[in-house]
Amino acid sequence: MADFDIPELKETLEIPPLKEDAMAHSKPYVAKAEFQEALGFPGELIDNWEDVAVKKLGELKGKFRSLQVFLDSCVKCGACTDKCHYFLGTADPKNMPVARQDLLRKVYRRYYTFAGRFFPKLVGAVDMTREVLDEWYSYFHQCSQCRRCSVYCPYGIDTAEISMAAREIMDAVGLGQKYCNEIIAKVHKIGNNLGLPEPALADTLEGLEEEVKDDTGVDIKFPLDVKGADILLVTPSADFFAEPHVDGLIGYAKVFHETGASWTLSSYASEAANFGMFIGSYENMRRVSRRIRKAAKELGVKRIIFGECGHAWRVAYSFLNTLAGPWDFLDPNYPVPQHICEYTWDAIQKGKLKFDPSENDHMTLTFHDSCNVARASRMGDKPGGQLEIPRNIIKTVCNNYVDMPENTIGEATFCCGGGGGLLTDDLMELRVKGAMPRMAAYKSVVDEYGVTNLAAICAICKTQFAKVLPYYGFTMDQIVSVHQLVGDALILSDAPSEDAGDEADDE
Amino acid sequence: MSALSVIYALLFYAATLIFLVGVGRKIWIYAKTPAPLKIPTMPAPVTQTGVVLRMAREVVLFASLFKSNKWIWLFGWLFHMAMFLVLARHLRYFTDPVWWWVNLIQPFGKYAAFGMLLGLLGLWGRRFFVERIRYITSPSDHLMLALLLGIVITGMSMTFVSHTDIVMVKDFFRGLMTGSIRPLPDDLNLLLHLALVATLLIVFPISKLLHAPGVFFSPTRNQVDNAREKRHIAPWAAELDAAESGN
Repeated sequence: MADFDIPELKETLEIPPLKEDAMAHSKPYVAKAEFQEALGFPGELIDNWEDVAVKKLGELKGKFRSLQVFLDSCVKCGACTDKCHYFLGTADPKNMPVARQDLLRKVYRRYYTFAGRFFPKLVGAVDMTREVLDEWYSYFHQCSQCRRCSVYCPYGIDTAEISMAAREIMDAVGLGQKYCNEIIAKVHKIGNNLGLPEPALADTLEGLEEEVKDDTGVDIKFPLDVKGADILLVTPSADFFAEPHVDGLIGYAKVFHETGASWTLSSYASEAANFGMFIGSYENMRRVSRRIRKAAKELGVKRIIFGECGHAWRVAYSFLNTLAGPWDFLDPNYPVPQHICEYTWDAIQKGKLKFDPSENDHMTLTFHDSCNVARASRMGDKPGGQLEIPRNIIKTVCNNYVDMPENTIGEATFCCGGGGGLLTDDLMELRVKGAMPRMAAYKSVVDEYGVTNLAAICAICKTQFAKVLPYYGFTMDQIVSVHQLVGDALILSDAPSEDAGDEADDE
Repeated sequence: MSALSVIYALLFYAATLIFLVGVGRKIWIYAKTPAPLKIPTMPAPVTQTGVVLRMAREVVLFASLFKSNKWIWLFGWLFHMAMFLVLARHLRYFTDPVWWWVNLIQPFGKYAAFGMLLGLLGLWGRRFFVERIRYITSPSDHLMLALLLGIVITGMSMTFVSHTDIVMVKDFFRGLMTGSIRPLPDDLNLLLHLALVATLLIVFPISKLLHAPGVFFSPTRNQVDNAREKRHIAPWAAELDAAESGN
């Protein structure tokens, strides 16, 4: 199945003995010139790249307090060393958060600190060389920016901030990553990661309407570019095609239908994901975000709701107001933006939705907290709502629910292994190995409680799990969307009453 | 007046100046560098009061470190808390009359030195015996521990083994505070202790000791979770908006 060793899933998560350079060979494909240039970066590695890289580092540390403080503050205490899923799965010491940070820090020290300038050996400072750049390209593409290390660092040092800066520097000298930069270029040009133009999107949505009509007998709409709708739904484009994502999209549509909401998708802003964050580019992240602002204005909507997507929700919840606000032209009675889970949970609490949770009785579920939702965003009005609300929804629509072990969920959640711009086939070994801690936690509840399925609210997590579950002896259909569970259990009040026979089975 | 007293007087003036200017400069840099995005590690407090409490838990209890690793927490917390007691006790050499609370903690401050010693030895031991930590350790990390340990051992030997003329030492430092140089006891232990302390002051602004001011500026710990309610924008980012106003 694979040309690398698949980690064994043990009952307790062990800290592996170090295997130096175990993942030194792991490198994603480099971006082609046309995509680099579309993002405002040099097409290929420029001649004086050493100089430019060092200057860019200087510029970034002056623009981002996080970078400046994090580069100075690490005391090498070791608290983070066993916290990264990529380290646990690969045993490569450079995947320990502090060691990954040091790849950048040693250059910072050489050029920007007294100790590094005059006593480089003493503090481990090095010149910006081709060797260093190659190491950056490899190991800063082995960080999914999941922030687990930042939970445990006594100074809150977040390696995500460091890898974002490193990727921004590499882009600035013409060494970009193919997967992310191609995708961002597509969003700038067409509006979504898939490069799906308006007619194709309209076609897809029409197909979905027919499919849902066949399935339920109800005319559930998937409106596109409807001016004057109340709600603009911005969802990851994977929701239009991929499994199990599309079942989630059907779930949102059913919820909107049942609550009588007036809503629409936009073909111009047909993407919730914002890969600008992954490459640490404020400008690109801002450009992608402002498509949503433009669409909201043109459609004249009152509210913006985001579909199930982890890092998209981070950018939406934490950054959208900064990047594309102020949102003073929207209805002030609602937070901007809202998460579809907030919308659904609110409707449940107001008694607007009725469910038959036995529809999901063939499954025993557990919930995977997506890193960007758990550690970089919120839902509802209380801290931790991002952890409770999705669980509350699942427990409302399903009878069988079990949590994975405490130290693998909530703020301690393990990344799926494919976040942060690494969800590409050229990083398959990394993705499989990085999924090990999550797979081990999943296996523990499968073995102990007979869990059959894993629910998630992130497009990347869903795609990643569909791909890596089989490596660990599970099946790809064990990953489900939360709104798939909602949609399946939801009782549509205008459904033709033909399934009386079904209910007779209950008693 | 011995040449030694003059040398030490000048050394402490220089070290104090380097420390104050160096750390002050870093704090200024941290303060003026914008944090363009809201990046608190969630779940995070939704009020400023909540942030103050979160920061207090971090700097008083080392809450994140406690979550991470009980051994590092134990040694690290022990060392730092003992150090604060010891430092507070040392205020008696700079104040006359000695403040009442400094007198109160005197006995605790004296024995806290053992806490510092134990903490440092534990932290240093981990740099040798734990493979992961050995891997991330640079020569400077060993030197820093050696420096601190040197200060603790020379200090402890003056407290518990062979006393120095502490009245004279106090007179020396009280003198420095008013700009006059007075004699220092000719005691090797003391001179070593003071030389190491001066070294620590000098390296502080150019070393990882910057974690002390740094923690207060860490955006993942000091930001309020209110991104949806309040627009957060850095000056350089606002310029991007201004450049394309009308959208």
